[in-house]
Amino acid sequence: MTIANILSSKWAKVVLFLACAIPFMRLSLPVLAALNAVPDSVANAISRSSFFVTIGPNPVEFITHYTGDWTLRLLLITLTVTPLRNLLNRPQLTRFRRMLGLFAFFYAILHLATWAWLDKQFDLSEMWKDIMKRWYITVGMAALLGMTPLAITSTAGWVRRMGFKRWQKLHRLVYFCAAAGVIHYYLLVKSDIRLPVMYGAMLTVLLAYRVIKHVRSPRRVVTRRAPAPVG
Amino acid sequence: MIIRRQPELRYSDVTPKSVYLNRRRFLGAASAAALGSLAGPYSAFAAPTKLNAAKTQAPFSVTDKETPLATVTNYNNFYEFGTDKPDPGRNAPKWHVPDPWTVRIEGAGAGKPQTLDLNAIMKIAPLEERIYRHRCVERWSIIVPWIGFSLSALLKLAEPNGNAKYVAFQSYYDPKVMLSQGEAGIRFPYVEGLRMDEAMNSLAMLVVGLYGETLPNQNGAPFRLVVPWKYGFKSIKSINKISLVEKEPPTTWNIANAREYGFYSNVNPEVDHPRWSQATEERLGELARRKTLKFNGYGDQVAGMYAFMDLRKNY
Repeated sequence: MTIANILSSKWAKVVLFLACAIPFMRLSLPVLAALNAVPDSVANAISRSSFFVTIGPNPVEFITHYTGDWTLRLLLITLTVTPLRNLLNRPQLTRFRRMLGLFAFFYAILHLATWAWLDKQFDLSEMWKDIMKRWYITVGMAALLGMTPLAITSTAGWVRRMGFKRWQKLHRLVYFCAAAGVIHYYLLVKSDIRLPVMYGAMLTVLLAYRVIKHVRSPRRVVTRRAPAPVG
Repeated sequence: MIIRRQPELRYSDVTPKSVYLNRRRFLGAASAAALGSLAGPYSAFAAPTKLNAAKTQAPFSVTDKETPLATVTNYNNFYEFGTDKPDPGRNAPKWHVPDPWTVRIEGAGAGKPQTLDLNAIMKIAPLEERIYRHRCVERWSIIVPWIGFSLSALLKLAEPNGNAKYVAFQSYYDPKVMLSQGEAGIRFPYVEGLRMDEAMNSLAMLVVGLYGETLPNQNGAPFRLVVPWKYGFKSIKSINKISLVEKEPPTTWNIANAREYGFYSNVNPEVDHPRWSQATEERLGELARRKTLKFNGYGDQVAGMYAFMDLRKNY
């Protein structure tokens, strides 16, 4: 079986789906245990298993950081697909991009829900105050808002409806979202900036690749359409 | 001649826990047997040692439910040993607390500068157990049964004179076993300070233990400050230098970000941190958030010291 075959098989997508869901699976049962929603015996088994995360004594903080971290990681992985496809010359890789992007959105929604529910108890006025007052929340919210139309229009139907060019234009919004996500992280850490700076460096490389490719693109040189051959 | 730079020691180079635990047990048993009652609780590599301390009542002890020991020792901000909450609990136990541990008390305000070792410090005043609220600037809080005595008892030994307007504290720092400043993003050695009247307030506590035993490394062994009406970062750990000084001393978090961490840093639900509200807190182990109390509930004992101060400006 060739690599191309493996990448094109439907099982590749199933495997990727499960892989992307692992962080959620590792989190879900411990969260239920933290909310006292499972019997003690189950909670004990969860805490003994190394598969599940250790939520620790501050569940809100842990869940917020965990879901935020996975949102950023998946956004960066999503943005790696195109460069990797081009560099390795594996066009089949494109089929995984949507799922990766949707999982990034999924973790972002969990991240938002943790904040709105566990931190703010759905107090809308408090939430609005935070969004207006705290820069890191403003920027984070902008990133999430930007991802929303991308998630909605991620289906083949929407590509057809919008036309590929317009669809592609809209989906360049992901560059903004990823940048806003990294800035959101950078703005909120207290002093140890190693991780946000690392994410920022990775994003810079991924975006620089696109800029360089765009500048070098031969299509850019030919601005006017060549006259149709007379014949 | 080639001078080779010594490779940096990392946590992994430190003696494995099982080895040093055994060594501690052996030395502890040996020294106890050899020296009997002469040996203080800090004989060579003393294992966690039981401390006898008199229980105290309000205002020195609150009646809130104590936070479990496992939480107090595994959820820490001690950036020298890592910036994630579980890091100090994993890394600090591998640190060999230097023995003997000496503390220098000096400065223009010290009438009688001196160097004390731990056994001398343990004998300054009778040990008390005080159950304090401890509120972190990050909005979490714990209830801890600390063991120690009022900081004032130690400061009086140095016979403070008219120049003693502030007290500056410094933490132990060893880059070979601790994070670098670049990694942690804050200045090391960690420094903190109090105004003299704050330091002499009987609630300001010099802590040598918790939960009936000597301090675990991650909680600031061998001894630390606890100032219960201020955010936790004021309660400096693993102190090895104290200076009585005339001017307000620099403090680590204030140097890192003056807008967010003031010199006073009194717990105050009315004054927001620039990036979050301080109105509520997460009491570790509880699901619902609690309302934060002004001066962390110690207003009767400390509010008078700030009567003429604008607490918004002097955050």
